[in-house]
Amino acid sequence: MLRKPLFVLISILILSMALAACSGAAPTAAGPTEEAAPPDTGATTTEAVGEAPGGEPEAQPPAASGQIVERVRSRGTLVCGSRTDLAGFGYLKDNRNVGFDVDLCRAVAAAVLGDPEAVEVVNLSAAERGPALQTGEVDILSRNTTWSTVRDAQWGNFTWIMFYDGQGFIVPADSGITSIEDMDGATICVTSGTTTELNLADAFRQRGLDFEPVTFEDTASVYGAYEEGRCDVATSDLSQLASVRSGFADPEAHVILDITISKEPLTPAVPSGDDVWFDIVKSVMFGLINAEEYGVTQANVEEMKNSDNVEVRRLLGTEGDWGQSDLGLDPDAMARVIAAVGNYGEIYDRYMGPNGDAFTLDRGLNRLWTEGGLIYAPPLR
Amino acid sequence: MTAEQPTYPPVSLRSQIPFWRDERVLRILAQVVSAILITGFVVWMVRNVIITAQQRGLSLGFRFLTQSAGFPIGESLIPYDPSMSFAYAFFVGVLNTLYVSSLGIIFATILGVFAGIARLSSNWLVSKLAQVYIEVHRNIPLLVLLYLWHSAVFLQLPRVQESIVWPGPVYLNQRGLYMTWPRLTETGQPFVIGFAAGLILAAVVWVLLSRLQTARGGNTHYVLISLVVLAVCTAAGWIISGGNPIALDVPELRGFNFRGGMHLSPEFAALLVGLVTYTSAFIADVVRAGIQAVPRGQVEAARALGLNYRQALSLVIMPQALRVIIPPLISQYLNLTKNSSLAAFIGFTELFFIGKTTINQAGRALQVILLVMAVYLVISLFTSLIMNLYNRRVQFVER
Repeated sequence: MLRKPLFVLISILILSMALAACSGAAPTAAGPTEEAAPPDTGATTTEAVGEAPGGEPEAQPPAASGQIVERVRSRGTLVCGSRTDLAGFGYLKDNRNVGFDVDLCRAVAAAVLGDPEAVEVVNLSAAERGPALQTGEVDILSRNTTWSTVRDAQWGNFTWIMFYDGQGFIVPADSGITSIEDMDGATICVTSGTTTELNLADAFRQRGLDFEPVTFEDTASVYGAYEEGRCDVATSDLSQLASVRSGFADPEAHVILDITISKEPLTPAVPSGDDVWFDIVKSVMFGLINAEEYGVTQANVEEMKNSDNVEVRRLLGTEGDWGQSDLGLDPDAMARVIAAVGNYGEIYDRYMGPNGDAFTLDRGLNRLWTEGGLIYAPPLR
Repeated sequence: MTAEQPTYPPVSLRSQIPFWRDERVLRILAQVVSAILITGFVVWMVRNVIITAQQRGLSLGFRFLTQSAGFPIGESLIPYDPSMSFAYAFFVGVLNTLYVSSLGIIFATILGVFAGIARLSSNWLVSKLAQVYIEVHRNIPLLVLLYLWHSAVFLQLPRVQESIVWPGPVYLNQRGLYMTWPRLTETGQPFVIGFAAGLILAAVVWVLLSRLQTARGGNTHYVLISLVVLAVCTAAGWIISGGNPIALDVPELRGFNFRGGMHLSPEFAALLVGLVTYTSAFIADVVRAGIQAVPRGQVEAARALGLNYRQALSLVIMPQALRVIIPPLISQYLNLTKNSSLAAFIGFTELFFIGKTTINQAGRALQVILLVMAVYLVISLFTSLIMNLYNRRVQFVER
């Protein structure tokens, strides 16, 4: 009677040990493997390399450059991991995916495929985005994701910071909270599996304060619970707070505190292992920023092709080569991008500007470097 | 009159059956072929996973478990802070799952038995009420029920500043139930020991005296005597501890929340209530089936012997009904344990929720899922082991 459950237990244990043992050069288990034979590495070009000091054995990814571009071109659409539920960044309007992050994907699609509409937006939760990028399920992850070293090491390659954000707090206007010290003992709602959660724990621990966390996996529940009064405070990126505040029943009854407790550089990311794709996406981001610097807009892109400024002509492909031939892009790829979505400022203003579709958020650090902000891109040369 | 003896072909002819028609060979061949197919499939899958992981730069080890978790956990039975390891956070999740599952199993059984017997009552109103309850909870998906309890009931309670106050004091608000709870003081050790010893002694006395009563007849007052034993040992512990072993922890509103006392969060309450009501509906039907499986003659004979309905139920019907009830009951318990993983959607930090957070913070989806699966498997196997041992005692003994 006991033998059957014991057998199943032992099989599961052995399977896990086999996986662990076969994952690297250093054997982590000495158990007999009756089901899984260690894979012969002659089949592929990969080999598990020796243990990194103090860390886990990491495998070298193969030279698979160019794979993703081929895949995207043969599929005909760009699979963009984003969201459909965050106003301003990724949401649905008249059944169409729109938003800051979605427009970045459309820019890449315009450059690579020539059609900004050839984008398939996959809605990912905070828990799913890492594995989706790791496995290459999405070609680009543009989902207000903070660039952190751990994520860079594990999830994929982060391209270029497109939105400088920070973590803040939203409280009811009549609560009387003005600083973090006022939040001692408060109940705080936060999304699980985010850097927000980690920063919150660190900030409170550092100040020796106490709080009761209430975590949910989906964003809607977090703010739903906050609005109901389940929590005294909700915390997230300032941009996300501005976005959800605009959706509250009474936005004026809530105030976003003037506190920033962390750096949250929101960056589009691509799967690791493909350098060409990495460079392509980065170049598109550089192009958007440089276009705003040179004053190229969606409206004047055609006439700017004959501009006096040689840098503008190079950007739009009229003369010279900024590297598009090495990357396999057409000379007028950037011109298509700007014509499709506009430059960086236009994308920002479309959703978050004074006449923004979602809400209004001062550009702050997201101004061009020439205007005192942090948006700066290498030249396209 | 001798019957014709059947003639068998000589041995040499029998072995000339071609092997593709020979039963013995075919049997062994089928086993070998399926073993090869299954093993080959498993090996191929595992190899595929390992090669793909290496290609994508995913690591497959379990050493990440020693890294610091970094994320806070709202409810924990043991002290936890974000600087502890992922393995520890996992352990907190396992404890939460066990806590919810064990409480859920106990309450669901009580409620289910009650509802099942009520369903069979001769009182029309009681029977109909029970039927409505059972049908509603069997036919609505559990996740919907959980959301209902959480958003529509527990979160709609009044705010902290306007809590409902019950004698105790016990405070009920949308952040949970805060109860005055006894707490052991420093001198309380002998009291606990006395109480525990009293429980054990009382149980022993109960068993001995009740067996004596059934064997010899008469009245040994075993209930009274064991209660007296318990009271005496507890009183002795109280006196030895100096007369002040227990202090009451009273919840007080300090700042944003109540501090002190025992706290049950709305997420935990919603999960427990949802699981209990859902599973009790299924258990009620199992109990009803078991009771109806007992032949009618048993009830009639019991009544003829002068037992009233309650005695007939407990002495004659239920022991026989248990044979039919226990096996499906086991699977309902396993269902309850596994369904507790739905708590991830209402924010209760049990094993699966912590697993998903770990995947997001540590990036190792495969290992975490394997661990979670292994834990649920162990819990379920353990539960069914215990219940099967009990089943052995009540099941039909076939000759």
